[in-house]
Amino acid sequence: MSPAWNPAAWTRRQQIERGLVAAVLVLMIVFPATGISAYWSHQILIRTFLFGVAAASLIFLFAYGGMVSLAQTALFGIAGVILGNLATKGGPGGTSKGLHLGWDPTVALVLAIVLTTVIGLIFGAVAARSAGIYFLMITLTYSVIATYTLGQVTKISGFSGIGGINRYTPGWIGNILDHPNRLYYIALGVAVFVYALIRYIVRTPFGLTLQGVRDEPIRMSSLGYNVPLHRTLAFGFAAFIASLAGVLYAWWSGQVAPGNVDLPETINLLVMAVIGGLVRIEGAWLGAFAFILMDNYITSSTHIPGLGFGGTLFGGSFNTIVGVIFLVIVLVSPDGLLGIWGRLFEGRYLIRGRGAPPTIEPTIEAPEASQ
Amino acid sequence: MTSYLTWRRLPILLAIGVVVFAFVYVLFITTAPTEFGVGDWRTTTFGSAVHDPSNFLKIVLDSITFAAALFIVASGFALIFGLMRVVNMAHGSFYLLAGYIAYEIQQDMTGQGFSLQSSEVNTWEWLVPLAVAAPCIAVVGLFVQQAFLRWNQGQELRQALITIAVSVIIADQIIAHFPRNTSQGQRFGGNAVDLTWPGWTDRFVNLHIGGVQYSLARLVMLGIGVAVGVGLWLWLYRTKTGMIIRAGVDDRQMTSALGINIQKTFAIAFAVGSALAALGAVVWASQSNISSGQDGVWLLNSLVVVIVGGMGSIFGAAAGAILFAFVSNFGASYLPTTGSDCCTQYSSILTFVLIALVLSFRPRGLFGRGT
Repeated sequence: MSPAWNPAAWTRRQQIERGLVAAVLVLMIVFPATGISAYWSHQILIRTFLFGVAAASLIFLFAYGGMVSLAQTALFGIAGVILGNLATKGGPGGTSKGLHLGWDPTVALVLAIVLTTVIGLIFGAVAARSAGIYFLMITLTYSVIATYTLGQVTKISGFSGIGGINRYTPGWIGNILDHPNRLYYIALGVAVFVYALIRYIVRTPFGLTLQGVRDEPIRMSSLGYNVPLHRTLAFGFAAFIASLAGVLYAWWSGQVAPGNVDLPETINLLVMAVIGGLVRIEGAWLGAFAFILMDNYITSSTHIPGLGFGGTLFGGSFNTIVGVIFLVIVLVSPDGLLGIWGRLFEGRYLIRGRGAPPTIEPTIEAPEASQ
Repeated sequence: MTSYLTWRRLPILLAIGVVVFAFVYVLFITTAPTEFGVGDWRTTTFGSAVHDPSNFLKIVLDSITFAAALFIVASGFALIFGLMRVVNMAHGSFYLLAGYIAYEIQQDMTGQGFSLQSSEVNTWEWLVPLAVAAPCIAVVGLFVQQAFLRWNQGQELRQALITIAVSVIIADQIIAHFPRNTSQGQRFGGNAVDLTWPGWTDRFVNLHIGGVQYSLARLVMLGIGVAVGVGLWLWLYRTKTGMIIRAGVDDRQMTSALGINIQKTFAIAFAVGSALAALGAVVWASQSNISSGQDGVWLLNSLVVVIVGGMGSIFGAAAGAILFAFVSNFGASYLPTTGSDCCTQYSSILTFVLIALVLSFRPRGLFGRGT
């Protein structure tokens, strides 16, 4: 047995972390069957899985490519809009905007993923010669431009977006309106698939080169690697992942509108990624879970005085609380909850004068030795 | 000769082709619609510049005056970004906050209620709101810089995240608190309100070129924009503070090693940059209106101007503002109008084309320098 699969050969931290991940995974698989709470499985957990996938594409780009992309929400929405335009049929009960081409849902699904990946490659090619903070600014403009385009072009989306997408799922999935557990397991499967895929990709020669590009672009360039090409391909790969999340979202909510990709939503996805921790893929789902819990329970809580629109707690609503929590996390632990978790192990949790101050520093993912 | 036409030249040739075609199209090719909602690819709202020089001139003037407003806001963003490498994501929120503060003061001064006519506003009732809003925003900006950004210098991403958190909080608080007084005594969070130009600007000036009558208010806006540009140039290139700021843009550590208090300079630049957002808000809100959601619009505007123009000089901001204003205004008027929903709706895609064209030649923008 190779050391990678032998628990006795792991470090203490690996044992705890991998044990936790396995336990959570088993819990997620049996959760709908236990019947504890349909609300949790269909509202909170499905959203956690799919927003986690979207956040994972953002974290992948930052942790392994050194690029902060704010265009992931836009790509997420573009995939949903393409799916909606291709798959839905007009007519009675389907009067919302869109082209209503009524194609086979499987074809629409594949095309939505492929076209979004192509758009991601184009976006990536334009931005690929920039890095760091420039990349963030350029991708933010992508995001805002996509919102306006979707809002203005009434043929494909319009301000109100496309509805009823969840009635047109491929036959091999079946009716997810009557059987929401199917969507739950699909979302869970996609989340596990994306996690495994990213962990695999970063160990391939492409992934290792990408990490080299992240740390030393000039050196990699003089070694003969095509730096913009690697950034473009990484962006295309992240667009593929974001498109999976977009399709899942379109099926979950049934509707995709420009409001799903606007600036606040873009920031929300970034908040999820930052809360979880920008340097590890696992952080995506942790952050999504934390964010969705806040969204669900703080917004509707009656115990905190004056929440809700125009309340008395500074008069603000949910976003003020999100903003404050985000600010505190960035100031205290910029590498998020997973950063706090990591410092627990290194024994320098928030103790002044011991260890280095928290910064956002990606780690190099080396291929594990194979026996 | 053959070596000139290689594949490497293809993007450049393509870009030149697109630009040349755009000029020829606007100047000669297009035709005015004969019937509403009917037309081919040549049909635009006004027809070509040769056939309808008066409307063409008006759109040129619209673009130049819009560029003035863009320049005022974006030069503040560029100043902060150029000197401190802080992407101030809260710039749009500062803009919005300034607009609402100025609106409230104008309402209090005139006491007229919800919607004001220009004739009801005198010069003081426009200048005093500006004179209050600009210092208010300068103080807000200074607070954000001193409290959150100062001790994170050099961590570009972390600073960007901090300003995003600030923008989320400010945007939410604006919706909760503004506008305060409306004619019905009710409050609608963040709904659209008008600032009003003073009465003497509310007339049209005969420019004696092609018989164009043009709004004096927009010419005043152009004058303010030029004044800001000249003022910034004098400040940056003819005063000691400006000299220190330019030295700080080029080499921050060397400047502070010379015994110059660079922290003081940073604070001044941040306050001035924020105040410019406020000035731009008062100017453009008088022309258009102010409503929640415009923080995102003006953040995008500032980003596009800085990405296109390149950071580090006010000339970059001016060039970026002019290019962006021309592209967005001409896109709205000179894209084909072949049907009820084509194609002027696609004008926001032109912004992406502009960014793509500029970045494919100059990854750091037109006037951008080094790293």
